[in-house]
Amino acid sequence: MPLDVSDFAELDAPEKEYLWTLNFGPQHPATHTTLRLVLTLDGERVVHAVPHIGYLHSGFEKLGEHLDFNQYVTIVDRMNYISPMMNEIAWHHAVEKLLDIQLTPRCRYLRTMLSELMRIQDHLLNVGTCALDLGGFTAFLYCFYQREKIYDIVEFASGQRFHTSYTRVGGVMFDVNNAWVDKVRDFCKGFRKVHEETHKLLTRNRIFIERVQGVGTLTKEDAINMGVTGPLARASGVLRDLRKDEPYLAYPDLEFKVVAAKDGDCYARYLVRMQEMLESLQLIEQIIENFPEGPVNVDPVTKAVIPAKPAVYRSIEGLIQHFEVIMPNRGFGSPHEEIYAAIESPNGELGFYVVGDGTSRAYRARCRPPSYVHFATFPHMIKDHQLSDVVAVLGSLNIIAAELDR
Amino acid sequence: MSYQAQLESQFPDAGLQWSDFRDNHRVVVPAARLAEILTTLKQTHGFDQLAEITAVDYLEYEDSTDRFGVVYVLVNCSTGERLIVKAFVNDPDPTLPSMYPLWKSADWLEREVFDMFGIHFEGHPDPRRILMPDEFTAFPLRKDYPLKGRGERHNFPVITRSES
Repeated sequence: MPLDVSDFAELDAPEKEYLWTLNFGPQHPATHTTLRLVLTLDGERVVHAVPHIGYLHSGFEKLGEHLDFNQYVTIVDRMNYISPMMNEIAWHHAVEKLLDIQLTPRCRYLRTMLSELMRIQDHLLNVGTCALDLGGFTAFLYCFYQREKIYDIVEFASGQRFHTSYTRVGGVMFDVNNAWVDKVRDFCKGFRKVHEETHKLLTRNRIFIERVQGVGTLTKEDAINMGVTGPLARASGVLRDLRKDEPYLAYPDLEFKVVAAKDGDCYARYLVRMQEMLESLQLIEQIIENFPEGPVNVDPVTKAVIPAKPAVYRSIEGLIQHFEVIMPNRGFGSPHEEIYAAIESPNGELGFYVVGDGTSRAYRARCRPPSYVHFATFPHMIKDHQLSDVVAVLGSLNIIAAELDR
Repeated sequence: MSYQAQLESQFPDAGLQWSDFRDNHRVVVPAARLAEILTTLKQTHGFDQLAEITAVDYLEYEDSTDRFGVVYVLVNCSTGERLIVKAFVNDPDPTLPSMYPLWKSADWLEREVFDMFGIHFEGHPDPRRILMPDEFTAFPLRKDYPLKGRGERHNFPVITRSES
């Protein structure tokens, strides 16, 4: 994207000649994904930063208008690929709200458990790579080993490690079995120890603290005004968590605490994420104890889901319904209405604005990605910091360019 | 008195249309009064966060009279209330006032709406395209823009290694 000269009108003045410009990205190891920053520097001090995004823009929202509610799930899990299932859950949360489908208890608990696994996965990546960029390689390896375990769990449930496409309108692709629940239980047992070790490696590590404490501070007022949500906002003292404020899925039945901090710097964000992982782990353990039996999909008479295979093969009604759901332009009808529904993703408020026009496709499928709103705060956060702090702040924001650009 | 009743009494001639769908509380306001209504909502009624701005192109929508609907999702961070404010704008020059002076989050969100729909926001400090390249002339999320594009991709300039 060519840079507009007018961006720097006041910085181009002759008496500011000593300023120099640095291109950071689009391909840089610390951006982790494709984004570009144009930094104006005074020595090593960042005077001005202009983020340029759009390198990964691939028209997901346009595609959402041409794929039906079930097909589009394969696209949404390519948005935040660090916690892919969270996007699927968010998308179908919005669709089910539009179609007014009430999930079964087992499905609500299963999706809650998966969201919490995704939250751990996302926070592990963030903590790990934040440490990696600042020179702490060991913690990164510890975190990524645990991420592998979550991939295994997800693969066991859906058959796919990364782009799972697991949820469906009114349920999930297939139910999980007890062996899967045991796998999650095993993960919970091992995770606590690794979490403690990561704490030992980083939380009181002087080099790490020197790099992150007091860096990239965001005050509570700014956080609210700039639309910041999720762990970033909570690290600045905004007590807001959609799991508590607008309870969805099984969260009203479960006990957990909202983690928050006051400082609003990179260190506070790191601490909030670390503590949230423990809360998520507790949530998962609670769900394992109370995992309801029963069908995972809604009743096939609602005509929202594919009936079970025996019904498809052995009865004409089942076969007809299978076709009705699968065939284009048949399927479920949506009301002529629009809805905004958001869930608490690991990054913050992940919302979908869905407009129904009577067909089984969305007329408009807008995603409100948390990264997009968070990255807009970057020039404000980095102002008057050192060049090396760019990496620390970027790491703490957890920018996922695929979600940023869609 | 709820903010709804207060707004009604403050703007009796604006013709605010309130509606509820599932848990969404919504109001349609005329585009000309949008700025004052949003200012009142922020300053008097505590909607301190602007979570989302998006637009819908109603070109092919059944029974629609206006072309674009611009949607603002406001959040009151202390009570957790949400309000969805919608304003309609039309061709040939869809324009709305920028909300950047009230909420900083409007910066990129408005840029994206401009980039995708071509709706101008008056008073925006940096009204450039954000996701599409600057040379791009069309607005891709409009309904009259084809899914496969208009051949822009094939006509992008290609820089070879020797020219670079």
